Amino acid sequence: MVLTRSKKRVTKSQTPPSKKAEKPQAMALKRKPEKPQSPALKKGAAKSQNKPPMKKQKKEVVEEEDPLENDEEVSDVESEELGESDGGEDGSNGFFSDENKEENDEEDEGEELLGDDFLEGSGDEEEHSDDSEEGSDSDSDEGDIEKESRLIDEEEAKEEADAEAELLDFNKEAGDDAFRLPTEEELEEEARGPPDLPLLQSRIKEIVRALSNFSVLRPNGASRKDCVEQLKSDIASYYGYNSFLIGALFELFPPVELMELIEAFEKQRPTSIRTNTLKTRRRDLADVLLNRGVNLDPLSKWSKVGLVVYDSQVPIGATPEYLAGFYMLQGASSFLPVMALAPRENERIVDVAAAPGGKTTYLAALMKNTGLIFANEMKVPRLKSLTANLHRMGVTNTIVCNYDGRELPKVIGEKSVDRVLLDAPCSGTGVISKDESVKVSKSLEEIKQFAHLQKQLLLAAIDMVDATSKTGGYIVYSTCSLMVAENEAVIDYALKKRSVQLVKTGLDFGQDGFTKFRENRFHPSLKMTKRFYPHVHNMDGFFVAKLKKMSNMKQGTEDDEEEALGIVDEDGETMEGMEKPSVAKKQPKETKESKKILSKFKVDKSGKKDKKSKLKIEPKIKKKRKNKTTVRMEISQAREEKRRAMRGKSKEKQ
Amino acid sequence: MRPLDENETTVVFEKIFKFVGNNLKNIVENPSHEGPEQDPGRYCFRLHKNRVYYVSESLVKRATNISRKSLVSLGTCIGKYTHAGGFHLTIMSLSVLAANAKHKVWLKPTSEMSFLYGNHVLKGGLGRITDSIVPGDGVVVFSMSDVPLGFGVAAKSTQDCRKLDPNGIVVLHQADIGEYLRDEDEL
Repeated sequence: MVLTRSKKRVTKSQTPPSKKAEKPQAMALKRKPEKPQSPALKKGAAKSQNKPPMKKQKKEVVEEEDPLENDEEVSDVESEELGESDGGEDGSNGFFSDENKEENDEEDEGEELLGDDFLEGSGDEEEHSDDSEEGSDSDSDEGDIEKESRLIDEEEAKEEADAEAELLDFNKEAGDDAFRLPTEEELEEEARGPPDLPLLQSRIKEIVRALSNFSVLRPNGASRKDCVEQLKSDIASYYGYNSFLIGALFELFPPVELMELIEAFEKQRPTSIRTNTLKTRRRDLADVLLNRGVNLDPLSKWSKVGLVVYDSQVPIGATPEYLAGFYMLQGASSFLPVMALAPRENERIVDVAAAPGGKTTYLAALMKNTGLIFANEMKVPRLKSLTANLHRMGVTNTIVCNYDGRELPKVIGEKSVDRVLLDAPCSGTGVISKDESVKVSKSLEEIKQFAHLQKQLLLAAIDMVDATSKTGGYIVYSTCSLMVAENEAVIDYALKKRSVQLVKTGLDFGQDGFTKFRENRFHPSLKMTKRFYPHVHNMDGFFVAKLKKMSNMKQGTEDDEEEALGIVDEDGETMEGMEKPSVAKKQPKETKESKKILSKFKVDKSGKKDKKSKLKIEPKIKKKRKNKTTVRMEISQAREEKRRAMRGKSKEKQ
Repeated sequence: MRPLDENETTVVFEKIFKFVGNNLKNIVENPSHEGPEQDPGRYCFRLHKNRVYYVSESLVKRATNISRKSLVSLGTCIGKYTHAGGFHLTIMSLSVLAANAKHKVWLKPTSEMSFLYGNHVLKGGLGRITDSIVPGDGVVVFSMSDVPLGFGVAAKSTQDCRKLDPNGIVVLHQADIGEYLRDEDEL
């Protein structure tokens, strides 16, 4: 820009007064052989070169001025000059050819692009500035231009310095005029009237900003705790949450992310549909719906059956295609547990909480109506929609029953199915965008009740699976909640109570589950579970975990044994954590356990472990309620013995 | 859940026969691919709580240990008995009927929605019609893109249809897929 500007000024300043002086100069500077070119050619060349420098001109169109009006007569001659200069060079003779070129093009195009009125106003300004600099241009052109460019550089540098100074000042001002937490009186005043929404919002933003860089931006003297408390109450009153839920969300996310999450909860997630592959293909369905006037796109690259609907002229839940069962209205997050479960054909599957049937129908579609699905639903009113959906989608391999999920193993039988899908009833904190009542209706008690129910359901689900199934042996547990108590804690409990292991879900996106959270420490394999958030993945909050059943034995104590022997690398804390729930189970199962454990260790590990297990079982059978120190002592003893054995073995080898 | 006894079987088969004619054999003897076994079993009819289900045998076996109170649905429900003892086919049997239908009618796009609201099929909405329809026959209604929309009873024979005025009723409505939205509770 600098160069062109200076060029411009030079040209403008030069052309009016010294038109004729310039011509011989220009001609002299340009290569003589170009002169004899015919005018026609020159003009043609000039015109053809009008186009490439157009971009420059459009910027400079505003700066065009009188030269346009004055130089019309000269335009032909200058176009000739241009033709000569540009014909031979690519602007390497640089300066003059460029400036002439620009001038010429401006003249030609300025008239076309803009009216004279437009130019006049701006033209005047330019001329003044030009005039001020004209004086310095009396020397040779190149020297002037260098000077000018230097001047302009200096100006720019000054401007930048000023800008920086401004910024610093601004920051200082922000610091001086600093945000501070409202005093008690102010809070009382606020509490009196209806909540002042803009004030709340600005305060929320300020606190979040302060918290993100607390050491620098802390509002005068306030502790972090105070800021956080104030933020919580502000968010609660602005967005309509109860204090428990805000507190819980605060523990999960840092303040900036929390704001994103809450904003995401205020909006709806995009409507998505799932093609029913039993009846049609996604491409065909998309064509038909597009004809009906539905604006849609494939959902994303991880799904071959999903479509997202942006808007629609017809109600998407009432098209003839919907009624004929070609697709199902289903949120994107609901695809995930079924994709994780990945049923094969001719398998026996149980869906423990099936209504309204979106996941069940997806399972049936993946199995191509082979095999067998038990779709269970506890609540009677929801059974109708489940049955209707199954029939509408053309699913024939399903038995629908109405049981409490915890009774299912007794009915269907233990160790009788290949896979189980448990989409557990939960607090629904991940789907606040669908149901705003969750914001105010959940309390700690409810979360605990849900967690208890979920643990029981998960154990029942695990019991139904046949670990020796050829193709199966998997359980998928999923919730639409973000709370750790309903997700990772439940899985951790199951890992301790049954011989199951976590495996990869098969979903390659999503955030890993927590292996530690506040005072809890979970099994390290918990990182194979997946969490999904509305503000990151643009789908409802979700949690998915895939478990593989390792053996059909029901033991709570085998895990204890393993840990004591240091096979599973965990702290004494988990041991203690486990002691209490599993103490009751230990007594009756001891004798069986010991035998099984022996056999298991024989199979799994080398012979040396057998000796240890025999040694270890006896003290364990005796202990009833041990306090922490004795447990720790036992663990350390066990580890020492292991080390001794290892040393012994290595010595043997040597 | 119990198998149908003779009377019930006759009634059900008669109703189905009106729609599918000789293809009834197909329906009854179709090898089924459901169930976890590899070799195909067969389909059978079972009665449960006044509803008749068309299920694969392997499903039936495994459903026996579900109590009567808790069993809701098996395979495909094809119809239900009324209080008076009559039997009606419901919309849920559409997939079974449509696959084996002998008498078909295709609707023009403009009159699809009218049929889906529960109205009868008028001559003006008729796109195509199979030959040799006798009044009283069961007819399955399709859209022009061969999507089954429902079924009904023919009011006129094919020949008469041609002479009919545009507002004449061709097919008396019995069930349509719009019922999934309108009458979800009745199903």
